[in-house]
Amino acid sequence: MTALIEVKNLTIQFRTDEGLVTAVDDVSFSLNKGEVMGLVGESGSGKSVTAKALMHLNARNAVYGANSRIILHSENGPVEVLKLKTARELKIVRGGAISMIFQEPMASFAPAITIGDQMVEQLMLHSDMGKAKAKALSVEMLDRVGISDPAKRFGQYAFELSGGMRQRAMIAMALSTKPKLLIADEPTTALDVTIQAQVIDLMKDLVSEFHMGIVFITHDLGVIAQTADKVSVMYLGRLIEEGPVREVIRNPKHPYTQGLLAALPKLENLDAPLTPVAGDIPSPLERPTGCVFHTRCPKVVGDQCKTRLPEHVQVDSTHRVACHIHTAEVPA
Amino acid sequence: MSDTLIKARGLSVGFKIGSGLFGKSILKAVDNVDIDIEKGSFFGLVGESGSGKTTLGRALLKAVPITGGTASYSDGEVDYDLTTLAGPELKDYRKRAQLIFQDPYAALSPRMTVRDIIAEPLEVMGLTKTREETDARVREIAAKCRLNLEHLRRFPHAFSGGQRQRISIARALVSGPRFIVADESVAALDVSIQADVLNLLKKIQREMKITFLFISHDLSVVAHTCDHLAVMYLGRLVESAPTRTLFAAPRHPYTKALFSAIPSLDPDDRGRAQKLEGEIPSPTNQPPGCKFHTRCPYVIDRCRKDEPKLEHPGDGHEVACHRWRELADAARATA
Repeated sequence: MTALIEVKNLTIQFRTDEGLVTAVDDVSFSLNKGEVMGLVGESGSGKSVTAKALMHLNARNAVYGANSRIILHSENGPVEVLKLKTARELKIVRGGAISMIFQEPMASFAPAITIGDQMVEQLMLHSDMGKAKAKALSVEMLDRVGISDPAKRFGQYAFELSGGMRQRAMIAMALSTKPKLLIADEPTTALDVTIQAQVIDLMKDLVSEFHMGIVFITHDLGVIAQTADKVSVMYLGRLIEEGPVREVIRNPKHPYTQGLLAALPKLENLDAPLTPVAGDIPSPLERPTGCVFHTRCPKVVGDQCKTRLPEHVQVDSTHRVACHIHTAEVPA
Repeated sequence: MSDTLIKARGLSVGFKIGSGLFGKSILKAVDNVDIDIEKGSFFGLVGESGSGKTTLGRALLKAVPITGGTASYSDGEVDYDLTTLAGPELKDYRKRAQLIFQDPYAALSPRMTVRDIIAEPLEVMGLTKTREETDARVREIAAKCRLNLEHLRRFPHAFSGGQRQRISIARALVSGPRFIVADESVAALDVSIQADVLNLLKKIQREMKITFLFISHDLSVVAHTCDHLAVMYLGRLVESAPTRTLFAAPRHPYTKALFSAIPSLDPDDRGRAQKLEGEIPSPTNQPPGCKFHTRCPYVIDRCRKDEPKLEHPGDGHEVACHRWRELADAARATA
């Protein structure tokens, strides 16, 4: 087991006109080489902010906690990501060891520069490749992700490509620098189901081929079940449950994870009623005290939920959960 | 006599595009569609982007011009021919047919209070005479959509996605419509909230006897909410059946592929899906013959030349495919 990236006590707040807003609160996890981690949560759960922190990519008004650490284990030894400052230092993680693909492939390409020029530009920035070599590699990568006629596509603009093809080109670009870690932020959400299935297959193939780590951010538990090795569930900036994908989906321990799974429409049983998670996610400006989920939790076990933050409890060696039901040894 | 609310035959919607060297060309977004929506039903329309599902929904609302075929609306009080509807009758139809949009963040004016957003249709259509009457109606509808009455004075930015979508629903309901087109109305919501909004829509359908046309690309969502499903591909209706029939035994290869592309929640059930190659062709450059033949795993020569018509085999399960009988027999033989 070789850890690729370790996140320790990550806390991120944003300075806003209404005061400091907490987006991520004391989150710790680690990811090994060749491992796919699914990061699940609703909008506002802090999953994208966490992922951006891995590349130190959050906006300038972000404030990191004093004891927050992100350690990337690269070939040249460990790198403290949050201590990187200058643009030159940050290049080690941004586009170097770590690449990112975003949800909306149209918005991630510059509209007035050809796909090829964008791929070549980033290769020349991140490696000592010459232009001709960078072009050859780019065309090869476009071919690898299943784009037909890659030499022609290389000279086209983003608007000339369909949604699925744009997302493939994005993946080709992200992988051409041979990153150790790929962050995929809702990469299939904007795609149609048939195209989503193709992109998921492609990503699975690429993991086994390149042996990189992937952080896969999504709110779709079906996509997680199909791609991830392990899952972390976030709610209002807290990591509330973590474990191997089979464990978390078949045997969820946190009432929120259970609620998410119950809210999903299931094709096997069309008569099953859809049970929403009651209430709405609270505004980050009005963070609940105690367990952040207690305002919507159907299983509140007493005052402790409202007053005390639940500690993480190991359900077994790989599955942990932060809920008072499990700390109090009350049967779930 | 019949209890069909919306009936369309050969409905087409074309848009003029470009003015190239060879003059204008026509993009057929909806092409020769037959559809019957029963009164009080929850009718689902599924398909990928570019399939024409949104355009069909808008055509039935008279929000885009119908360029071919016929369409009629009949709710027991009025009968309208949607192809010629105009003037005061069109105004009346606007009260009877409403739309709920996809994105609750874009659909609500940030500078109007929730009360004013819900009241606007009443004022524009002159449905209420006094402010008191308007307020009473707004409150009644807001309560039905489970909106906190104290929130009516607030602005949309104070609300979460689920709450905003409930405001959009209240606005659509306030004029007392008989027919609502819900276009991807839960697509922008988190799963935990999605279920809540779906349950609300179903409750409205049952209690207020409103007919819904529910447009979605998410098959597991339509499976749970709709009574009847129609599948569109590149402007054509390729299959139409009661939801359970369709899920139990889809007849069109496209519908089958759509079902198998839904990611399974079972981590041990990976990669079993029958994958569809390629993407939906551009509507400006449609293939000849069956529109699906470029991606169909069962394509034969005939599919490349003749376009299949929507068949009505008499069991309420309509399909447009040359080979559906043969494929159904083969499936039965292997089962």
